[in-house]
Amino acid sequence: MLKGRNLIAPVDFTMEEIHSLLDLADAIIDNPAAYAESAKGKVLASLFYEPSTRTKFSFDTAMLRLGGSVIGFSDPTTTSTAKGETVADSAKTISQYADIIAVRHPKEGTALLMSRYSDCPVINAGDGGHMHPTQTLTDLLTIRRLEGRLDHLTIGVCGDLKFGRTIHSLVTCLARCEGMRFVFISPQELRMPDYVKTVLDRAGVPYYETHDLEASMPELDILYMSRVQRERFVSEEEYLRLKDYFILTADKMQLAKPSMMVLHPLPRVNEIAVEVDSDPRAAYFKQVKFGMFVRMALILKLLGIE
Amino acid sequence: MINVSKLKKGIVIDHIKANHGYKIFKQLGLDRIDDTVVLMRNVDSRKMGKKDLIKIETDVHLNLDVLGLIDPDVTINYVENGELVRKVRLELPLEVTGILTCRNPRCITNQEHVEDIRFRLVDPETKEYACEYCEARTHL
Repeated sequence: MLKGRNLIAPVDFTMEEIHSLLDLADAIIDNPAAYAESAKGKVLASLFYEPSTRTKFSFDTAMLRLGGSVIGFSDPTTTSTAKGETVADSAKTISQYADIIAVRHPKEGTALLMSRYSDCPVINAGDGGHMHPTQTLTDLLTIRRLEGRLDHLTIGVCGDLKFGRTIHSLVTCLARCEGMRFVFISPQELRMPDYVKTVLDRAGVPYYETHDLEASMPELDILYMSRVQRERFVSEEEYLRLKDYFILTADKMQLAKPSMMVLHPLPRVNEIAVEVDSDPRAAYFKQVKFGMFVRMALILKLLGIE
Repeated sequence: MINVSKLKKGIVIDHIKANHGYKIFKQLGLDRIDDTVVLMRNVDSRKMGKKDLIKIETDVHLNLDVLGLIDPDVTINYVENGELVRKVRLELPLEVTGILTCRNPRCITNQEHVEDIRFRLVDPETKEYACEYCEARTHL
């Protein structure tokens, strides 16, 4: 039962709970009209203390498509925060108005702190460089829908593996599934951190690290691309040196299996050439839509509406 | 040789690594209590070579988590009527609450006041603990 629970990190839910959530997302995709009034009378507080148009739109449209309403902000300078209100007090106050809260904040741990003071469920919509669990759910739904399973897959993860929080969450979550194998493709400076590799080692999940995207293409079932994020670098020089390291092109796609899917949490900069968009294996825009459906399922589950 | 008389009632914190005594003294807040407290440094020890020692002439409550964090090898001896009545050996606590502060500048606990932050032991060798909010590692 997920009713009344919070989602702060992907590991908050068991794989069984995640599969049940994805089942509901599948049901919504198959028959969205049946859920168009499921959350009627319910209010989502969508609190974005830092800009993220994509995630905010995804949460807001998820609630609207369930027949619910949305309050919130995407600019904290227009709220009581600007007057010095603590996030703890904001959580207590806003949860008197809303039935569920989605919060994004630049400080790590904010969603957990808010969940301790809120009288309604809190969803972490991203807390700094720490966690972004609804992106993980999005990725899981996308993989399960496109591959038909969440087990026995070889997943290549490419780009900024050091700072990519969505990648850390996805890999540690998939480590709980059977028969998974990972290929970590990155420059030396942006390799997967030890804590993620420790999780894999403990779970007995095989993986290897490489900087050769082309050589690893033929063995992949999924290629998860990521953006090298400017804000994670101390110096502009370092960012400029690494940002163009891996670019997926139509030529490289020719090396991949006909069934290999390309995922990306978006937004992209230039790591996937636009020419790849027309390839039927480019699944990143479908992934965006699945993100909305999985958030619809999550809202219903946490509100206890099925 | 300095002699400190035998304790009639109180607590002896023994086997403190040399030079750790003052840190423990401060962390336990022994500078703020009214009872008699003796901190002895660089005392000769057969087992340790040199050690520090603290004697407290009271039955004040000690936060053993703090002690375990600073020096898990210390021994606590409880004395009554001049006799040892209880001996406690410490271990590194698996979890500590309200003692450590997070050193991650991006952690919410460094933006606003958060009571009783819980830290979980993640590496006994380096004595590193992870903040429950941001999971960044820190130590005392």
